[in-house]
Amino acid sequence: MKRERIYGMMAEFDSAQALVDAAKRTHQAGYNKIDAYSPFPIEGLAEEIGFHRDEVPLVVLIGGIIGGCTGYLMQYWMAAVDYPLNIGGKPPHSWPAFIVITFEMTILFAAISAVFGMLALNGLPMPYHPVFNVPRFALASKDRFFLIVFSSDKKYDPTRTREFLESLQPRSLSEVPS
Amino acid sequence: MDEQYKITGDAQQAPVIEPGYTFGTVTEKISAIVLTRPASNGWFLGFGIAFMMTMMMLFAIGYLFLKGIGIWGVTIPIGWGFAIVNFVWWIGIGHAGTLISAILLLLRQSWRNSINRFAEAMTLFAVACAGVFPAIHIGRPWLAYWLFPYPSTMGVWPQFRSPLMWDVFAVSTYATTSALFWFIGLIPDLATLRDRATHPAARMIYGMLSMGWRGSARHWHRYETAYLLLAGIATPLVLSVHTVVSFDFAVGIVPGWHTTIFPPYFVAGAIYSGFAMVLMLAIPIRKIYGLEDFITERHLQNSAKVMLATGLIVAYGYGIEAFMGWYSGDRYDAFTLWNRLHGPYAIPYWSLLICNIFVPQVLWIRKLRTSPIALFFISGVILVGMWLERFIIVVVSLHRDFLTSSWGMYYPTRWDWMTYIGTIGMFLAAIFLFVRLLPMISIFEMRTLLPEAEVKGE
Repeated sequence: MKRERIYGMMAEFDSAQALVDAAKRTHQAGYNKIDAYSPFPIEGLAEEIGFHRDEVPLVVLIGGIIGGCTGYLMQYWMAAVDYPLNIGGKPPHSWPAFIVITFEMTILFAAISAVFGMLALNGLPMPYHPVFNVPRFALASKDRFFLIVFSSDKKYDPTRTREFLESLQPRSLSEVPS
Repeated sequence: MDEQYKITGDAQQAPVIEPGYTFGTVTEKISAIVLTRPASNGWFLGFGIAFMMTMMMLFAIGYLFLKGIGIWGVTIPIGWGFAIVNFVWWIGIGHAGTLISAILLLLRQSWRNSINRFAEAMTLFAVACAGVFPAIHIGRPWLAYWLFPYPSTMGVWPQFRSPLMWDVFAVSTYATTSALFWFIGLIPDLATLRDRATHPAARMIYGMLSMGWRGSARHWHRYETAYLLLAGIATPLVLSVHTVVSFDFAVGIVPGWHTTIFPPYFVAGAIYSGFAMVLMLAIPIRKIYGLEDFITERHLQNSAKVMLATGLIVAYGYGIEAFMGWYSGDRYDAFTLWNRLHGPYAIPYWSLLICNIFVPQVLWIRKLRTSPIALFFISGVILVGMWLERFIIVVVSLHRDFLTSSWGMYYPTRWDWMTYIGTIGMFLAAIFLFVRLLPMISIFEMRTLLPEAEVKGE
């Protein structure tokens, strides 16, 4: 497969409002492979670029269930199956005493899956990414807002996409080398 | 004026962030402390002292490992001494950080945004200080790993019916989750530092730590979901941790320990001392680094209100303990109460009541709630009070129990004091490093507080 020489076309905006409006119009214009970058989370922006499936809650739920089961079964197996000890006349499977650790293990596994699940779904860590080739992109972590149309988009055309993005009145426009 | 009103919420209150800031200036101001501001002589002096205190702790621990816990004041019947007092005190201090970062996030208290980062750092360092004690107090510290369920050649497993075992899981889960919560909050700000640092080494270190964060809308969406869920699971966690710590006592039958009020009153006490520590750190830091615009009167006032409320819950706990001593008709409970008020440790008990109940009542006065100097000293008094509370619970309950023949006294030795003061040094040294190496205020969350962050839907 031929590697694309150009990764996409990137437009820079001054405000969160301008970015949201631009993202909406780009998506409506039929571009599907786009992304938006901002220095802080903007509510509703992900939906404007066509992102609807957030799997993080599912990952956390599964992690929590696995953690809870692990916690309880571990105690049950160790205290009642593998090496039952009579302590204070309590039954080997004294379940009320096992609840605290079950709870803590649920939390532990859920927390770990929330963080690592989020990072994995985001494809992080990824120290290199083509967007970093644009020098002005360093401002995306400060006070500027960026919109990119990827060259893999079916509608992508160097001249027409440039014209379209220019119609959104960005502060600057640049091609992103890959 | 419209926008001004929106961020203050209430025209009567001081704003969460002073007006006139933009995304750029907020970023500039917070990141400059790390990137461009040279370390002052005061910083070196403070860090140096804290570091020497840490060395003193290591020395005391080294000698402890050499000689055994006989160098401490612990004897039978008081086998728990300073180690457990300090453990509970430090763990409690950590709780305010999680309360600020998780519970206040769920309650949509946006004023938390400027203090959550260093409150979380405080949590981590406090938990680290707490973690020192259980490991060193067990007599044979090289066998501390026996606490964890691992397949040993002896074939036995830990005793899961014991609250001490629950504590191991609760505290290690708490430490892990706090560290994750802190780190995930730092990622976008580390990306900011990466993009703003000029030194190649700094760019690389911050770059690696930021995991290549680029602020994509998809990433932010998942990030916010994960952050919110983490807050949701950290909330019951933080309430559970001090509850489990209180089980260490409440499940035992010693008079003064065996009471059902312990879990809620431990949690309230933890938040009480934690906010006192937050204020003791925030007040000098905002002054030294000129952050009065971000950590405003509003934050001080709100923290003072939380202290007042939790302080009253703690007072209620003391009241119920005293009431039950009388109402239960149990002669040992009644004696515990009498012994606290009139016994050999009466001075710590009365000091505790003064520090935790009487002095903090001045926070009803608005003028004192907004005065940084007054708050600093009141917080100090509360921290002393909360330490005394744990001393009363651990030592005074143990020193005179059912049989007069087994009564005893506890006198901390210089090694006890050196270890305790040493952990304060370790805590402060970590805070000193933190304010120089990482953004102590969450930059990206501060940006969302600015009026220009607002996006109108159609």
